[in-house]
Amino acid sequence: MSEVKKTVLLALMVLPLLFGVGCSSERLPTKKRAVTLAGSTSVMPFTEKLAEHFMVDHPDFAIDVQGGGSTAGIQACLNDTVNIGMSSRQLKNEERQLNQIIVCYDGISLVVSPHNPIGALSLKDVRDIFSGRIRNWKELGWIDRGIDAVTREEGSGTRGSFEELVMKGNEIDDGIMVQDSNGSVKEVVATDPYAIGYISLGLVDSKVKAVIIDGIAPTIDAIKLGQYKIVRPFLYVTHGELDESGKKFINFVLSEGGQKVLKKEGLVGAYD
Amino acid sequence: MIKKAFTKEHFVRWVLIAFALSSLLFLFLIFVFILAEGLPLFLKVGIGNIIGGFKWAPTKGSFGIFPMIVSSFLVTFGALIIGAPLGLSCAIYLSEYSGKKLKLFLKPSLELLAGIPSVVYGFLGVIYIVPIVRNYFGGPGFSLLATSVILGVMILPTVISISFDAITSVPKTYREGSFAMGATKWQTVYKVVIPSAKSGILASFVLGMGRAIGETMAVIMVAGNALRIPTSILDPLRTLTSNIALELAYATGDHRLGLFSTGVVLLVIIMTLNYIANFAIKRRVEK
Repeated sequence: MSEVKKTVLLALMVLPLLFGVGCSSERLPTKKRAVTLAGSTSVMPFTEKLAEHFMVDHPDFAIDVQGGGSTAGIQACLNDTVNIGMSSRQLKNEERQLNQIIVCYDGISLVVSPHNPIGALSLKDVRDIFSGRIRNWKELGWIDRGIDAVTREEGSGTRGSFEELVMKGNEIDDGIMVQDSNGSVKEVVATDPYAIGYISLGLVDSKVKAVIIDGIAPTIDAIKLGQYKIVRPFLYVTHGELDESGKKFINFVLSEGGQKVLKKEGLVGAYD
Repeated sequence: MIKKAFTKEHFVRWVLIAFALSSLLFLFLIFVFILAEGLPLFLKVGIGNIIGGFKWAPTKGSFGIFPMIVSSFLVTFGALIIGAPLGLSCAIYLSEYSGKKLKLFLKPSLELLAGIPSVVYGFLGVIYIVPIVRNYFGGPGFSLLATSVILGVMILPTVISISFDAITSVPKTYREGSFAMGATKWQTVYKVVIPSAKSGILASFVLGMGRAIGETMAVIMVAGNALRIPTSILDPLRTLTSNIALELAYATGDHRLGLFSTGVVLLVIIMTLNYIANFAIKRRVEK
């Protein structure tokens, strides 16, 4: 082995050490006014849209949006690690010390495959399906075939709202399948003609069929009129007094421009 | 000049030792952190209530992972039922029957199988295996059966390469002796070669099990993740690994500790399997 080769080999071995040191000085502090948000993965994509619009008009702001789930977002806000927490479920009693701002409303839609002839169910039917009392489509007037119900994982805000608004104290059965995002639930329902699941109304498209509940179809109009009941608020929560930058962002979100962005995404505005 | 080369040698030696030990350090750190995060809940809730508990509702104070332990073993044995005969036959063919040219082509392609990312296996499972199971066997398709098939294919490279090594390391004289007694090729393989390579073949199965029980991504995608112990091979189920990956993003407080406790149980199971495999391999060497 030549001297050169040896030196190169040594350099390669020591290189990782140098990188380890280099990383820490990489991040330079920015002079921008920063607002950090974290929480529900259901609220996150809409908040990112809002932040994009906001930063076009206010280039001196840096808005950092992170996921983590409703509970994590609320916790981060309580610990003051973020300016604003995002939640897709109501606050629990021990979390009431936080200020909450309703940003908009989102319906949760029960969805089945477009091949499923059943288009309407009662709220009680849905509760019975997810608590394991109804297990066969025959009981609902279709063929003799097991119902492949899909729920979300423990801790998800969508699941939390579903438990509160639909299950009403009944437990979701252990035999029910679990998927870890709105997207995977939709994928299962789109490909399995015998499946039923629930997703955010804004994500319903032609791949799945939204189920009419107690005679009311899940539409924006029905939510505005207060007829469709499976609706949850998207919340921003703050701990104590918010700084100027945070206030400015929230004012934008609640302004006509901000609300228009949300409505374009299939949500129901805070004032409707 | 000689002296200079000597010090350089020393330097290289020490650098290499430091790096070699660093991997040991990582193992130690992983151990310490998982135990530090996972053990407090064992003390708080009780080992029996976690390992023997049937109910997993971490936000409501139930941390039973017994159904997941059972499910993890079920998919592992399912994978073995599919992967072991396939892998062993392949290894026997490669070492005893195949010509040189075919071997030159087959071996690298089998090793390629090991390099395919698990998310790709999971994706293929969702697109092809799950609908096939749903349409031809019934149930939701997301099932013990679909998971076993996917994992059975995933453990093939492990089973093949290790049992291949075991079979080829059987001395040539054994085979010659058998032929001299008038045995046919298959009789030789069946009565002489396989029994001699037995412990190595067993080790390949155990290491395959370790691979199957630790697999996460592909399993989440095809297992359906229901919390109950499956009553048929068409029922969905949740393994220890998928429980951690599925819920970690949202977990806080005791829920998060519960996932670390799941990790502790998994760590113990995988360590036991590796220990058994090492034991089997060592016995072969000593013989």
